[in-house]
Amino acid sequence: MTALKIDLAGDGLAIVTRHFAASPEQVFRAHVEAEYIRQWMGGMDGWEMTHCESDARAGGILRYGWAGPDGMSFEITGEYEVVKPYSEIRHVERMHMPDATPDNRCHTTFQASNGGTLLTLRMQLPDEESLKAMLDTGMEQGMEDSYSRIDGLF
Amino acid sequence: MLYNLLRMNKMHRTFAALSDPTRCAILEMLADGEKTVMDIAAPFAMSQPAISRHLKVLEEAALITRRIDGAKRPCALSPAGLEQLEHWATALRTTLARNYNRLDAVLAAMPPVEKEAP
Repeated sequence: MTALKIDLAGDGLAIVTRHFAASPEQVFRAHVEAEYIRQWMGGMDGWEMTHCESDARAGGILRYGWAGPDGMSFEITGEYEVVKPYSEIRHVERMHMPDATPDNRCHTTFQASNGGTLLTLRMQLPDEESLKAMLDTGMEQGMEDSYSRIDGLF
Repeated sequence: MLYNLLRMNKMHRTFAALSDPTRCAILEMLADGEKTVMDIAAPFAMSQPAISRHLKVLEEAALITRRIDGAKRPCALSPAGLEQLEHWATALRTTLARNYNRLDAVLAAMPPVEKEAP
């Protein structure tokens, strides 16, 4: 069973679950060690990961960068808050396009299950207040150009 | 990653609308069909103006539509809004599925981990 499941909870939480045929230790390491992260994270046609830093400890930073067609690039930066081998990661991340989007809080857990690992990724979607603040500052309009440039990124 | 997809697909308004239990309950009620504000307000311990404010948020997020029927403004689910939500979910699923399928291959090639005390 490797089926990917996405649930949208009513309280603004998105919950992603996926089973992997590997130990929690392995799946955990693939999420925090740069040499592994760069091999799987991205998912974009025509884009290449150009840098990948991951200092997986409380307070450590993460920094991922990609380069795409026509000299386009984008970056995700963040900080680790909790790193508990090999069961749990809490981190905050944001995207730079080039202006930073508001922080996205992520909670990833790794549980032994059926001889493999059940990965659960919980992402807190931005609350109404921060969205309102964003829209009020006219950021939405300003972001439109970025959107159209990166349309089809995923 | 998910958040980025939200931004790119301009779904933030939809999710702001969905980030409230009352509004989610209203959408569930409307799954049965069109309803007036009074019908919608009935099961909630909330004033009708408060319910109307929730309806306005849902309408602005294109999750519901309201038509004019005399003095009433009955509400119904908006197929276009729901379709957009479905498209977004599909895009997210595709991205995650691709990443995790690659991760499967990475894991298969990874040497077994030597267990160290964390």
